[in-house]
Amino acid sequence: MATVIGSPATSAPAKRPTARRSLASRMSWWQPVAVFAVLIGIWYTVAWYYDKVQELSFLVPYPHKVFESLFLDAKRRPDLFEAIGNTTAVMLTGLVIAIVIGMTWAVIMSQAKWAERSLFPYAVILQCVPILALVPLIGSLYGYGFPSRVIVTTMIALFPLVSNTLFGLQSADRAQRELFKLQGASRWTVLTKLQFPAALPLIFVGLRNAAGLSVIGAIVGDQFFQRGAGGLGVLIQLYNSRLQGSDTFATIIAASLLGVVVFLVFGLLGRLAIGKWYDFN
Amino acid sequence: MLSMSVTAPARSSSTATPTSDVLLDFRNVAMQFPNGTIALQGVDLTVKRGEFVTVVGPSGCGKSTLLRIASGLESASEGTATVETNRIGYVFQDATLLPWRTVQANVELLAELHGVKSKDRAAKAKEAIDLVGLTGFEKNLPKQLSGGMRMRASLARSLTLEPELFLFDEPFGALDEITRERLNDELLRLFVEKQFAGLFITHSVSEAVYLSTKVVVMSGRPGGIVKTFDVPFSMPRDPDIRFTPEFAALVGEVSHALREGHH
Ligand SMILES: Nc1ncnc2c1ncn2[C@@H]1O[C@H](COP(=O)(O)OP(=O)(O)OP(=O)(O)O)[C@@H](O)[C@H]1O
Ligand SMILES: [Mg+2]
Repeated sequence: MATVIGSPATSAPAKRPTARRSLASRMSWWQPVAVFAVLIGIWYTVAWYYDKVQELSFLVPYPHKVFESLFLDAKRRPDLFEAIGNTTAVMLTGLVIAIVIGMTWAVIMSQAKWAERSLFPYAVILQCVPILALVPLIGSLYGYGFPSRVIVTTMIALFPLVSNTLFGLQSADRAQRELFKLQGASRWTVLTKLQFPAALPLIFVGLRNAAGLSVIGAIVGDQFFQRGAGGLGVLIQLYNSRLQGSDTFATIIAASLLGVVVFLVFGLLGRLAIGKWYDFN
Repeated sequence: MLSMSVTAPARSSSTATPTSDVLLDFRNVAMQFPNGTIALQGVDLTVKRGEFVTVVGPSGCGKSTLLRIASGLESASEGTATVETNRIGYVFQDATLLPWRTVQANVELLAELHGVKSKDRAAKAKEAIDLVGLTGFEKNLPKQLSGGMRMRASLARSLTLEPELFLFDEPFGALDEITRERLNDELLRLFVEKQFAGLFITHSVSEAVYLSTKVVVMSGRPGGIVKTFDVPFSMPRDPDIRFTPEFAALVGEVSHALREGHH
């Protein structure tokens, strides 16, 4: 073997701690806890006001009542769990459909400038359509149950998937493309070996945002379409109409927690899949 | 007027013509882009087996365009550009490694695109990685390498094609001087060992003189060839020739021609 003049050993690769450190420094535990304590304090004050002054305690119940309803009320638990299950089913179904449609749409647009020019405006329009305006139509076409909820979820979750996948597929630089072109690589090879892997960081950003939106979509869908197995949105409306203040609050919190969990899970998924070569911030 | 005969950049080594020593032949090549920019005009240039030709010229004079025509990425708008081999290596200014692939997988890429079986391409890649001195770093990702090491990986990737004609577009331009000089020595060693023909673009006159058997000086846009210098120093070269008066004199002459061609 030939002599090597450069000495790679001097710049031995070290695991870069930057990503982890920046996350750790942003995730200090006591500051959020302090904020939480303040918020609970404010909540107690407001609840006290509604209880003693307005005498309408069901409008803003005390935090401990909500806590009881959320964690200690065994009677409500089956209803809550069933609603979470139904919402998750709508959310996941809508999300999967959005992923399939969104990625196909983006791949088609990435193949030619004219395809992008003719199809991208529709992605923008889709995002601008007020879903509320479509509700009567969706309801009369597909009924007031599961399918319509899924349609609303898909429509809400679609845009970030389309745009992030498209921009991701276009993110490989010119020299990288030419590297493939020089070897006479086919479109399919360029797509699978260059564009798609290069798109993954943005695809995962889109996926995380779409997942967060799909939770919103599933709950919004519940508000409009109340038949069939109801989710968290239906439950919230039910409790609210019965003036069960603490149960309403507890269900809203459960819905928020579901959103947070979904956001975290999809963030983690991205890290697991490509965190090795890509630093998410 | 249009007559082009650049062989398509292609798959195997079978169609090379062993009869001729001329691997690259540009006759009166001109390049006008659709927007009207004339990048090259009246370029005559040959690169033979055993030659290492370096092109220096002011920024924007069409050096990259010259290389792109030679590689087949672009076709000349006038004149004939003939390339007598389809084993062409092309090294870009950036290392252009794929960040999701390890060094090993990056070096295997070109063979993979040509459908070489995984065992064979692993062996090819290993050999190339040894040649550029990256042994032990096969499993590293590009982000874990220094700029110089990334460039080595990029060289190794092209080496797996066993190129007869090696095109370099300012490959070491972004590196610090020490790393650049080391890589120059490595490149010369590879040139002597592998006997490819080289066409190398650089902004550095002393790099040009040190590396090549022939230095071509281009004028400002539209780029044409102002002057050609034969470099008399024998191969393999001693790094210390950089400090000889003969070397300094030649660097001076090339720099002078470069300044005259600038307008
Ligand atoms: N596709 C293109 N369309 C129009 N003009 C182009 C195109 N590619 C290059 N040019 C122009 O042609 C001229 C030569 O470009 P080229 O990249 O070959 O120069 P260069 O000598 O490599 O410059 P540098 O030293 O800065 O790398 C420049 O003025 C550039 O703007
Ligand atoms: Mg250039």
